[in-house]
Amino acid sequence: MKIHVAGENALIVYFAEAVSDSVSQQIQHVANGLQGYVGDVLIDLVPSYASMLVIFNPLKTDHLHVRSLIRQAMHAPANREENNADNTVYLPVYYGPEVSPDLELIAANANLTREQVIEIHKAGEYRVYAIGFAPGFAYLGETDARIAAPRLATPRKKVPKGAVAIADRQTAVYPAVSPGGWNLIGCCPTPMFNPDATPTMPVAVADKVKFYEIDREEFLKLGGDLSTWGQL
Amino acid sequence: MSHLEVVSPGILSLLQDGGRYGQHGIGLTTGGPLDPLAFKWANRLLGNDDNACMLEITVGGLKVKSHGLTQIAVCGAACVLKINGQVKALWQSHHLQAGDQLELGYASEGCRVYLAVSGGFNVPKQFGSASTVVREGIGGLTGKGLQAGDKLSITPLTAPHAVQLQVPVDARPVYESAVTLRVIPGYQEAHFSRHQQRMFFYHNFTVSELCDRMGYRLTGPQVSCDIEGILSEGICLGAIQVPKDGQPIILMNDRQTIGGYPKIGSVLSLDLAKLAQLTAGGVVRFEPITIDHAHNLLALAQFKFEKTQLEPVA
Repeated sequence: MKIHVAGENALIVYFAEAVSDSVSQQIQHVANGLQGYVGDVLIDLVPSYASMLVIFNPLKTDHLHVRSLIRQAMHAPANREENNADNTVYLPVYYGPEVSPDLELIAANANLTREQVIEIHKAGEYRVYAIGFAPGFAYLGETDARIAAPRLATPRKKVPKGAVAIADRQTAVYPAVSPGGWNLIGCCPTPMFNPDATPTMPVAVADKVKFYEIDREEFLKLGGDLSTWGQL
Repeated sequence: MSHLEVVSPGILSLLQDGGRYGQHGIGLTTGGPLDPLAFKWANRLLGNDDNACMLEITVGGLKVKSHGLTQIAVCGAACVLKINGQVKALWQSHHLQAGDQLELGYASEGCRVYLAVSGGFNVPKQFGSASTVVREGIGGLTGKGLQAGDKLSITPLTAPHAVQLQVPVDARPVYESAVTLRVIPGYQEAHFSRHQQRMFFYHNFTVSELCDRMGYRLTGPQVSCDIEGILSEGICLGAIQVPKDGQPIILMNDRQTIGGYPKIGSVLSLDLAKLAQLTAGGVVRFEPITIDHAHNLLALAQFKFEKTQLEPVA
């Protein structure tokens, strides 16, 4: 673990060079240990793939104190809840042709059929590595290498809400209509960000996510919206 | 209901309070005033909480009509403030009565102007803050900039105040077109060679047209780094991203919370406020300082703000 200065009020903790389940667990462990200080000497935590930004109030504390809090949290024993953790969230996906404009290309590039790509996508167990880009946008990784796909050369101006997408070996559900360059392979009717709900998001960093397939009828029954897909 | 009615919103007018904190976990950025010092002075002039909700007006052009008795204060970029056609001083409190029209001209020095009312605007908070972040559609009245016809709720005064106050002249920030930004080196600084660091710290950069509440893109000598990208990681206020083209981007209040470009360090917040007052063509140079020095500067600035007494207007 390395701790670097990020700015006047932030340190960044690097846990490893690459992502892995054990790194995710370590990050979660330190985040849990520091959570009690948020709202007091700490302002916020930003866990990500293999790092965590720790933002503090420089009028209440300094970087030396924050470094010691981070080390303490790192070395504290894991509690029972953490050991039994791995909250798995199941998300329904409709993979029909009207919501999967990039599925053919991924299949063609991988010498697979549409159905095989879908099978591989939903067989995966993904970890929420980070949340960012837009409110509620969760980066899930890693997909099977066979269905990895580079971002589009020209991002779409309007990706529909709920779009299930792949970029490199990451997958995600677009929480709202937004511009985006990921490859679209389906649509999830579960709201990923609802300011009026508690919790606001169905997933949190370090959760596991599994997708399961639903048909058009069920998609619509679960509140899925096809109206913006025609304007891609 | 007492309120200010927006006659014309100008170019971009946003409701802002002190900002939204503790919400990075769901991907929400901080928002809040780009020039916190001007913001805090405007609240202080009216006896408000430091973080009470007010308007941040970019460039100017705002017109409002009052439907209630209140006091107002305008701080920040130099511009002409008129109440019922009469020119009034900035950095000072004034009465605004029911029926009064307030008008802001366009900024001549700086570009962010703050308009506060007694008690702050009554705006429901979302995720702990009223701050508007247009990119997220969160905060303010509807998650957007002000529109003509918007009604901004105020708590009316029961009687006018006897004395008006002003910020002492030597405590007011001066908005120049060339600024030095003190930088706390950090993040991937080790991936910028000594030569590249010298390039960065000893040359002038210019603010490009791409400058907004999210980030300020600069143009200047190309600064290169020995890595192209990194695993996406948390971005703090003022972080200086250097993408492949070698042209730095300084990340402001509405920045994305995570990103994958290498960063050479972060700008001291006191100087970020000066940067935010620059428009395209403004000149910037960087100066490295240690994090301990930065903490001293922040503590001194806070001490100075707290100890400075407002002056009654003769």
